[in-house]
Amino acid sequence: MEGGQMTELPNSTDRKMGLVIDLDTCVGCHACVISCKGWNTENYGAPLSDQDPYGADPSGTFLNRVHSYEVQPAPCESQPDPAAQLIHFPKSCLHCEDAPCVTVCPTGASYKRTEDGIVLVNEDHCIGCGLCAWACPYGARELDLAAGVMKKCTLCVDRIYNENLPEEDRIPSCVRTCPAGARHFGDLGDPDSDVSKLVAERGGIDLMPEMGTKPVNKYLPPRPKDQIEAQAAPLAPLLKPVAEDAGGFMGWLDKALDKLPGGTN
Amino acid sequence: MHPAPSVILFTTLSGLGFGLLFFLGLGQPAATGTVAFVFYLIAYALAVGGLLASTFHLGRPERAWRAFTQWKTSWLSREGICAVAALLVMGLYALGAVFLDSHWTLLGWLGAALSLATVFTTSMIYTQLKTVPRWNTALTPVMFLSFSIAGGALLAGAETLAPWLLTLAGAVQLAYWAKGDGALAASGTDLATATGLGSRGTVRAFEPPHTGSNYLLREFVHVVGRKHAQKLRVIAFALGFVLPLLMILAPVHGFVLKHVLAALAVLSHMAGIAVSRWLFFAQAEHVVGLYYGKR
Ligand code: SF4
Ligand code: SF4
Repeated sequence: MEGGQMTELPNSTDRKMGLVIDLDTCVGCHACVISCKGWNTENYGAPLSDQDPYGADPSGTFLNRVHSYEVQPAPCESQPDPAAQLIHFPKSCLHCEDAPCVTVCPTGASYKRTEDGIVLVNEDHCIGCGLCAWACPYGARELDLAAGVMKKCTLCVDRIYNENLPEEDRIPSCVRTCPAGARHFGDLGDPDSDVSKLVAERGGIDLMPEMGTKPVNKYLPPRPKDQIEAQAAPLAPLLKPVAEDAGGFMGWLDKALDKLPGGTN
Repeated sequence: MHPAPSVILFTTLSGLGFGLLFFLGLGQPAATGTVAFVFYLIAYALAVGGLLASTFHLGRPERAWRAFTQWKTSWLSREGICAVAALLVMGLYALGAVFLDSHWTLLGWLGAALSLATVFTTSMIYTQLKTVPRWNTALTPVMFLSFSIAGGALLAGAETLAPWLLTLAGAVQLAYWAKGDGALAASGTDLATATGLGSRGTVRAFEPPHTGSNYLLREFVHVVGRKHAQKLRVIAFALGFVLPLLMILAPVHGFVLKHVLAALAVLSHMAGIAVSRWLFFAQAEHVVGLYYGKR
């Protein structure tokens, strides 16, 4: 945890570690939110405090939050009445290449690492002025009200290189936890890495590219689901009742019930 | 943005204080002795009082000295350095005026330049933020500087200059409001670019991440007070510019009456600038609000 250096951004970083988030796969279960809070409240830096957690107006510090959006496609000739689509949208620090949060910091507490591009806060130097949170377009930084310092995603810097953990756990907590496999971790600076290939294949996108932050994290757009009925059709045979003519006791009961007044449907 | 009283107080008071120091540094008024002492007392009370107020919104004020270290990239750091330099240089100049009956002209000019530089660096803290389109314009520093100089002229009793500077500041205020109202739309950032889903249809925020509030909503989304924005603009403009102008231009002759009117003009101007600053924050839409379907 170096400090005291200038909060200038490195011209380039050796690697660009980051996340690829698949909006097609995310089911909006918030498991990543909980596992992130669980890991990070008891590891790197100050705990992630809650205010009034059991009261009428609970709130707290989170480094990862999942929004949900509705997208309504415009009607067209082939789809005169298109169905709206619900998209779950996890959001955490995007570890931007041109991170405005780093350069505004007056104390040198915010910095971007040259070796892997991770953006971190040295909490011992942070004065809690909040300016870095003002500079981030994505709402990725939250000032912890108990500790008075800025909290943000560390890309689980205390997991990914941690040799005390079994190898399969050396990935960010959110990635390890996601039951749908919607979160991927890797080096986005290496065009041959799995994450880079995934981004190329699926047309990964940047959030708010016009802000000029050059985010490292990418989002994979959801595949179109505007033909809901057609997609459901192949499943139709499987949805039929398995046995239409029951025998034995069930058959007797069926017939007996049929004889009762009141009709069938 | 949340209009934090500490920041409104800071920018209003210190803007005025450094404006007065600017005029004092230029030798206007060229007072000495007790009169000079009173002028510097007012200027320092405003400038230092404002700076102190600004530390109230820090999470860890005891480490504030670290904020002087990052002048290479951070406007906040530059502001701290300029403010301390301006206060030191003008303090030395004040010693000459109050106790030695002398004005060290070059030192005064340097102090005046540093005072303006402080106001400029303050304004750049806001101007630099692309995330707040309403602030991200050259009019922001023009506004801060013109307010500071006009207020300084009023306090310094620069009778011939003050009406012109007040008129100019009022015009800048109107231009800033006119431009600001279209700034978010003109920035091209909306929920479509924020989510990257815009090409697929109309995006609507369906569910926020949590049922409760959070730091981001409290700090960046301030919808409540905007309701009365137009009325507050009229109040800010009347108190900040129109009334002071009428008071200093009123054709009165008595010495006492003239001074009472001048003092009232200053108070009215301060109140108007404070309301304008409240609007500066309360009306500023941070793009993060888009993620929550708000602005
Ligand atoms: S997402 Fe926000 S906090 Fe993270 S690097 Fe980018 S600007 Fe900084
Ligand atoms: S809150 Fe801390 S990390 Fe953020 S800009 Fe201020 S000092 Fe730097």
